[in-house]
Amino acid sequence: MTPRPSFSKKLAESLVPAVPYLWLGLFFLVPFLIVFKISLSDPAVAQPPYKPTFEWGDIVGFFQGLDLENFELLTSDDLYFSATLSSVRIAGISTVLLLLVGFPIAYAMARAPVRYRSLLVALIILPFWTSFLIRIYAWIAILKPEGLLNQALIGLGVIGEPLTILNTEAAVFIGIVYAYLPFMVLPLYATLEKMDDTLLEAALDLGSTPWRAFWTITVPLAMPGIIAGSLLCFIPAVGEFVIPDLLGGSETLMIGRQLWSEFFSNRDWPLASAVAILLLIVLVVPIVIYRDVESRRVETRA
Amino acid sequence: MTRRLSFFNVTSLVIGFAFLYLPILLLVVYSFNASRLVTVWGGFSTQWYVALFRNQALMEAAWVTLRIALLSATLATVLGTLAALALTRYGRFTGRTLFTGMVYAPMVMPEVITGLSLLLFFVAIGLDRGFWTITLAHTTLTMCFVTVVVQSRLMTFDRSLEEAAMDLGAPPLRTFFSVTLPLIAPSIVAGFLLAFTLSLDDLVIASFNTGPGATTLPIRIYSQVRLGLSPEVNAASTILIGIVALGVTTATLLSKRSLLRSQRNIH
Amino acid sequence: MPPPRQSASVGAVRRSFAPWSDPEAKPLIRFDNVTKRFGDAVAVDHLSLNIFEGEFFCLLGPSGCGKTTLMRMLAGFEHPSEGRITLADRDLAGVPPYRRPVNMMFQSYALFPHMSVERNIAFGLKQDGLPKAEIAARVDEMLRLVQLERLAKRYPSQLSGGQRQRVALARALAKKPKVLLLDEPLGALDKKLREETQFELMDIQHDLGMTFVVVTHDQEEAMTMADRIAVMDHGRIVQVATPGEIYEQPKTRFIAEFVGDVNILEGNVLGQENGLWRVQTPSAEAPLTIDDPDEVLHSDQAVAIAVRPEKMVIRRDPPGPDAINVLTGEVWDIGYLGDWTVYRVKLASGAILRVTRANRSRYVEHPIDWDEQVYVTFAPDAAVILAE
Repeated sequence: MTPRPSFSKKLAESLVPAVPYLWLGLFFLVPFLIVFKISLSDPAVAQPPYKPTFEWGDIVGFFQGLDLENFELLTSDDLYFSATLSSVRIAGISTVLLLLVGFPIAYAMARAPVRYRSLLVALIILPFWTSFLIRIYAWIAILKPEGLLNQALIGLGVIGEPLTILNTEAAVFIGIVYAYLPFMVLPLYATLEKMDDTLLEAALDLGSTPWRAFWTITVPLAMPGIIAGSLLCFIPAVGEFVIPDLLGGSETLMIGRQLWSEFFSNRDWPLASAVAILLLIVLVVPIVIYRDVESRRVETRA
Repeated sequence: MTRRLSFFNVTSLVIGFAFLYLPILLLVVYSFNASRLVTVWGGFSTQWYVALFRNQALMEAAWVTLRIALLSATLATVLGTLAALALTRYGRFTGRTLFTGMVYAPMVMPEVITGLSLLLFFVAIGLDRGFWTITLAHTTLTMCFVTVVVQSRLMTFDRSLEEAAMDLGAPPLRTFFSVTLPLIAPSIVAGFLLAFTLSLDDLVIASFNTGPGATTLPIRIYSQVRLGLSPEVNAASTILIGIVALGVTTATLLSKRSLLRSQRNIH
Repeated sequence: MPPPRQSASVGAVRRSFAPWSDPEAKPLIRFDNVTKRFGDAVAVDHLSLNIFEGEFFCLLGPSGCGKTTLMRMLAGFEHPSEGRITLADRDLAGVPPYRRPVNMMFQSYALFPHMSVERNIAFGLKQDGLPKAEIAARVDEMLRLVQLERLAKRYPSQLSGGQRQRVALARALAKKPKVLLLDEPLGALDKKLREETQFELMDIQHDLGMTFVVVTHDQEEAMTMADRIAVMDHGRIVQVATPGEIYEQPKTRFIAEFVGDVNILEGNVLGQENGLWRVQTPSAEAPLTIDDPDEVLHSDQAVAIAVRPEKMVIRRDPPGPDAINVLTGEVWDIGYLGDWTVYRVKLASGAILRVTRANRSRYVEHPIDWDEQVYVTFAPDAAVILAE
């Protein structure tokens, strides 16, 4: 073989990983560094509305101009701290609710006759293909004081007075559970479906009641799915904006909403960036765990 | 041994699917409501559909959204397929950990962070916000989903098929195009459709990166929803749901037909 | 079941142990007219069966014959559509699997992948709420029994196939069940290991004095291990007998063909002479003489004569004029197996016989060769008549 084709072949081969690698580096990694940088800048009434504290290439100026003013503001103002806590709490409760709702569904799907299973999976995925915004919007009409749920409950005589659900935290829980349900059910289903039925039979045969067998065999074996599904729901839920904005009340504090209003209403980009960094710090551990779990899951499926 | 679903299992499925589908169903039903009040039934009417098509701003937004989705999904499919090949076929190359991190993180990263960081990036490099910034942002987000879809297909790919092609004299590139690509094509199509839908659907990232003349449909719908319920939004949603339902049905029928054909070829 | 003919016994049997021929003995397990349907399909069809305490009992049959369903009904995973199953005089209907004094070794072993060997074996004991010390002692005892002491901390994925099989056995034995059910216990092992393990299972069963019920489709496995074998076909039991009886006195053509190799010669009964049956077949010129006094036959009845390959003699020289049961043909194929040589002989009628000969000496002068004209003979009592 002559050296020329082998060189061009090598080049072509190295392009396969290089192109997506560079793309993600440029459009995913670099932007993060910029967020980090801008979170250390001062706001300005300008376009763009921030005053870079350093010019590119001016290393000395860079270190002199950096200040932690925005982070001082974040720590001094109680709002951001409680918004962070509240986001983690709401996302955490929603994840538990998702597990409670999602597990029986995934379990039933995994036990269904094989010929129905792909149909059931398709039915779980299908709502995901319709707009997220529209699906959340649909709940407004249901949860309103004069909405369809209250109409139905009053009509059935269950309640006398309409319940206030919209613009409360309860509506946010309903919205998150509804929107994220496929992300919980699918990983759970994937692990439960692989589970060997005879393991449960063996447990029963050895004297375990069905309930105990569920906790000692099914749940531990479904753990990869439980972890993947929980992270897949928890991480984006912490930063959720649309659901608390449309379904939650003004008192529903969530960090994603805070970031949005700093950015769009207050036009304080540096503070919004600082909030983004704060959110990222909260999520970095779950994201790293998720990456490990997920890449292992994909690679062991072969 | 045939297994039968217990009462509890059937109940979970029925309640679960009712929970998933009832809100969508109600939304569709009330798009044909004659009343302006979205939650009070005032008789059947298609007036909101007429109003919808007369709404110039909404129609324009739909056209922009469609163009962005097509372009970004195409780019994302190419990039995502390359990334999937890199992850499955290149073993442990340098920077692989960072690479998988960059593939998996955007999928769970809160959209507000991704949106904000991309915006700041575009401002820093001096790119005007608008059609192209949204397209680039969507490409970056959705290529990760394409990667995962294609990667999981490549993981189960029987490598001996490629070895057989090469053994029969096909050079690597021809092997890829005549054996590998046709076999992973369904997953690439699925990845493209996923990317397309995600782009069509996105509100948050588009809001950050939008500029004059690039108002997408979700942005338009969102601003209308903030002002209160509107039967027009119901009508727009019903059309979108209809398109998706049609697309999914067609895709299912097509894949079923190709499955039948391949089974016939085996027998 | 007919008593063994004359005073001779067939096969190798544990003489001292035969509770099934004692009318006073009470069976441990009773299947009483049990039927199991899955939708329209009948998996087990009006089946009755007794299994005695301390027995090593094999359910043998081709796949789909209902043997696994029968075992799963005993374990409690399936419920009879009709009929009754009792264990030590207790009706098992409505008793869930986890309350039955029966343990099962699963075909797939069903080892819990998230538990170590130790914890797998301890699982059943924990369900009984035994004290920790007792559980530990029992687990050690079981590990010793299956010689896996050194692998106690390992996980199933770190074990070889043979080791997994032992863990599954230890786990099922740990609770000292009244009955141990084994579903194709050796199916996943390679041939060498299978043979060794067969004898180990027999030793363990003998030492513990436990009742073993084994489901298998491998007749060699059943023959080696079982005290009695029940041959099943289409949801029914065709014959229950000792391995020797199953092999030497098969009741039906199905059993004769399913268990071991057999040559079947079809023909018609001419009559009885001196207590011996005379049967005319297209495979031989002269009528055959068969010594099978238990059969009640009438003239011109169509029958099948079953002769095992090793009970036939192959020779080059023509037998004398007085010789009986002579079949002539030419050598079609020769297969040398080391301990045996298999000859396939094509008769004039077109039928092909299988004849085996033990290779008793290392050197054979002038061996029988391909295409040679040969004579195959067998003694009258080497054959069994099977009514069609």
